Parts: sequence; C-alpha cells; structure tokens
Amino acid sequence: MIALLARDLRLAIRAGGGFGLGLAFFLILAVLVPLGVGPDPQVLARIAPGVLWVGALLACLLSLDRIFALDWEDGSLDLLATAPIPMEGVVAIKAAAHWITTGLPLTLAAPVLGVLLNLAPAAQGWLVLSLLLGTPALSVIGTFGAALTVGLRRGGLLLSLLVLPLYVPTLIYGASVVTRGAEGLSTATPLALLAGITLGAAALLPFASAAAIRINLR
Amino acid sequence: MSLWEYANPKKFMDTTGPLVPWVAGAAAVAMATGLIWGFFLTPDDFRQGSTVRIVFIHVPAAMMAINIWVMMLVTSLVWLIRRHHVSALAAKAAAPIGLAMTVIALITGGLWGQPMWGTWWVWDPRLTSFLVLCLFYIGYIALWQAIEDPDTAADLTAVLCLVGSVFALMSRYAVFFWSQGLHQGASLSVQAGERMAADYRYPLYLCMVAFGLLFVALVLVGTRTEIRARRMKALEARARMTQGLT
Repeated sequence: MIALLARDLRLAIRAGGGFGLGLAFFLILAVLVPLGVGPDPQVLARIAPGVLWVGALLACLLSLDRIFALDWEDGSLDLLATAPIPMEGVVAIKAAAHWITTGLPLTLAAPVLGVLLNLAPAAQGWLVLSLLLGTPALSVIGTFGAALTVGLRRGGLLLSLLVLPLYVPTLIYGASVVTRGAEGLSTATPLALLAGITLGAAALLPFASAAAIRINLR
Repeated sequence: MSLWEYANPKKFMDTTGPLVPWVAGAAAVAMATGLIWGFFLTPDDFRQGSTVRIVFIHVPAAMMAINIWVMMLVTSLVWLIRRHHVSALAAKAAAPIGLAMTVIALITGGLWGQPMWGTWWVWDPRLTSFLVLCLFYIGYIALWQAIEDPDTAADLTAVLCLVGSVFALMSRYAVFFWSQGLHQGASLSVQAGERMAADYRYPLYLCMVAFGLLFVALVLVGTRTEIRARRMKALEARARMTQGLT
C-alpha cells in the first residue's frame, strides 16, 4: 500500500498539471473575487471564509477526474484489482494521495490568500484547522464520484454534478468554523461535526467507491 | 404467492397492464375533486386571502418529492440485493417524476412567497434543502443517461442513490445548522392544537392521495415503457444475430 501511495505521489508530481494546477486555481479565485465584488476591506472580510472554502472545494474538484482516469486508460486499474490488496485499500490510498497533492497544499496556502482577502487575523488559525479537518472529506467524497464516472469518456462535467451536492455538509460546517472564529464565537460544534463527516466518510465511503470500481471493471 | 413474483417482468406486465387505467382514473378523480374542493369551496384565509390555496399543490408535491426519493432508495436496495430488473427500472422511471415534483414544490413555493414574504426566494433551510434534493435528482438522472450498459448503469445509480441518501439527510441537518428559517413548520401534525382548520385539512388530504395515485400511475407507465424498450432492444439484437448467421 505504501508502494502504491509513493507511486501515485511520484506520478502526480512528475506528470505535472494536477499538483500545481489546483493551487494556481485557488490563487486565481482569490484574486478574481475582490476584482468582482470591489476592494472594500469590510465586505471582503465578511465573505472571505465562504470564498476560501468554496475556492478550496472547486480546486479539489479540478483534479478529481485524474484519480482513476490514467490508471483506467493504461490498464493498471485492472492489475490493481487483481493485486493482493483489497479494492477498498486501493481506493483509500488513492484518496490519500489526492489529499496530499491537493488538500494539503491548499491548506498550507490558505492563510496567504486569507491575508489577500482581509480575513480577520483571529480566524486564520481556524481556517487552517478547518481545511485540515475538512479537505480529507473532500478527497474521499471526490474519489467516490471519480469511481462512479471512471468508465465514461467525458465524465468530467458529470463528475462535478454528482460530487458538488455531496460537498454541501462539509462546506457548510467548514465555512461556519471560520465565520465563527472570525467573530470570536465558539467553534466547537461545527468543528466536531466537520471532523465527524471526515471520519465517517473516510471509514465508509471507500466501500462504496470500491463497489463502483468493481462494477465499472466488470 | 409472494411479493417477489411480481419481480418477473412478464408477471409484472400482466398484472399492471389492466391496473394502470384504474389507478390513473382514480388519480384523475381524486385530483379533480381535491383541487376543485380546495380552490373553490374553501373560505379565504383571514390573513393570506386566496394565496393560501397554493397549499393544495405545494404540500402534496413536496411530500411526494421526498417520498419518491425514499421509494428509489428501497428499489435500489432491492436491485442491489436481489437483482430484480423491474426494481431498477422502477427507480429509473421514478427519478424524473421526483425531479418534477421537486421543481413544482419550489415554483409554487416561490409563487406563494412573493406576496406573503415579499420575496421569491430566501436561503431558508427548508428551501435550501429542497434545492439540494433537486441537484441530487439531476445528478442521478444524468448518471443513468451517461452510461450505456443498462446493468452497469443500474448498479452505479443504485450505489449513488444509497450514498446520496445519507448525504441528502446530512445536508438537511447541515442547512438547519447554517441558517434560521422563515418557512413555517410542518403543515400537518397529529397533535390536535397544531393542525390547520378542517376546512383546509380534508381537501389537502384528498390532494395528497391524488398526488400519490398520480405518482403510482406514472411510475407504472414509466416502468412498463422501460421494460418494453428493453424487450425491443433484445429483439433487435436477436434479429441482427440471425441475419448475421444466414
């Protein structure tokens, strides 16, 4: 499993595209929003938590179709299916690799963009913490969507249609952690719910994703 | 004699064929009576005036929108566990009806909200969770249409329906956490003090029955169409086979 993780990470970094693309998209979004709504610091501070979370979510979405597509095309997915590790493990590793190449960089870059969007200094820590807790859920849910659409030639658009509604609870809790942090309120409830979604999704969704992959390989 | 006998497509077709006109007729009668009763024979509400009558479409449609998703969840489970094709096709036939019901509930809600709340749309938990449900329906239907192989499509949409149900439920509670509501609470309650007046309640019950019957009739017709389409494809494939042989 570690070998598979290392392979996926190497592929993601060396093949280019996926690794930096999400980050660049996140940056562009953070630049475009002030251009769109105007430079008023108070307005920006108010919408910053939501914009950053939506941006992280869309940046995650960008690289989802690459999770399985390349392996599907060159047949390595069939090899993985016959390998001794169960499909559930493969799917979980794929999600982990996606998180390391997308969710983790986004989390680390978020405070810089928070400064750009005039996020309250008190909320910076909450932003990083909520992204750290929430982005794994985005990767795991996204892997499920990617597993559903892996056999389709033009699955990209369908993938976003399927995955975005599933992101609703994560987005709501994640953004409300940051909003409450900025206002100095208690963040314990949304933080606990966010962690619950991540843990629940990471524990259960690989089974659904593996079932979808098996159906697609049939 | 068990329920599973109806999972045989032939048996299903034979049984439902004569049933469809009766169910459709009952739906038409109930719908006509309920709506005429509701629209013309009820008094104006003392605050809402005539607009209150939208309830006779809005509430049954919203109720059906949720119930149809539950029905799809059950049929998807039956398909995954017992591999009955009729079940998968019934889920497929139900989805567009559910989407239509969701859209009807959203539109009638907007029509009511404009004069009453002064706005077509607010980001209220109930409204928002219905919009999310609408997105789930669209995704489900899109996945059915995107996959060519019928069995793969049935399997994948069934998995999506199961996972989607969990997330739809979570979204519902998440949006209640996220925003305070403008929408009133449940329209019907078993507690006597909380109910709406009998003048409105009985036609509303009738409209709910009518929407339920309408759904049953539509889903039967839809499933029968799917089965016929499946048979036609099989016949075409067989014809091509025999042509190839001679």
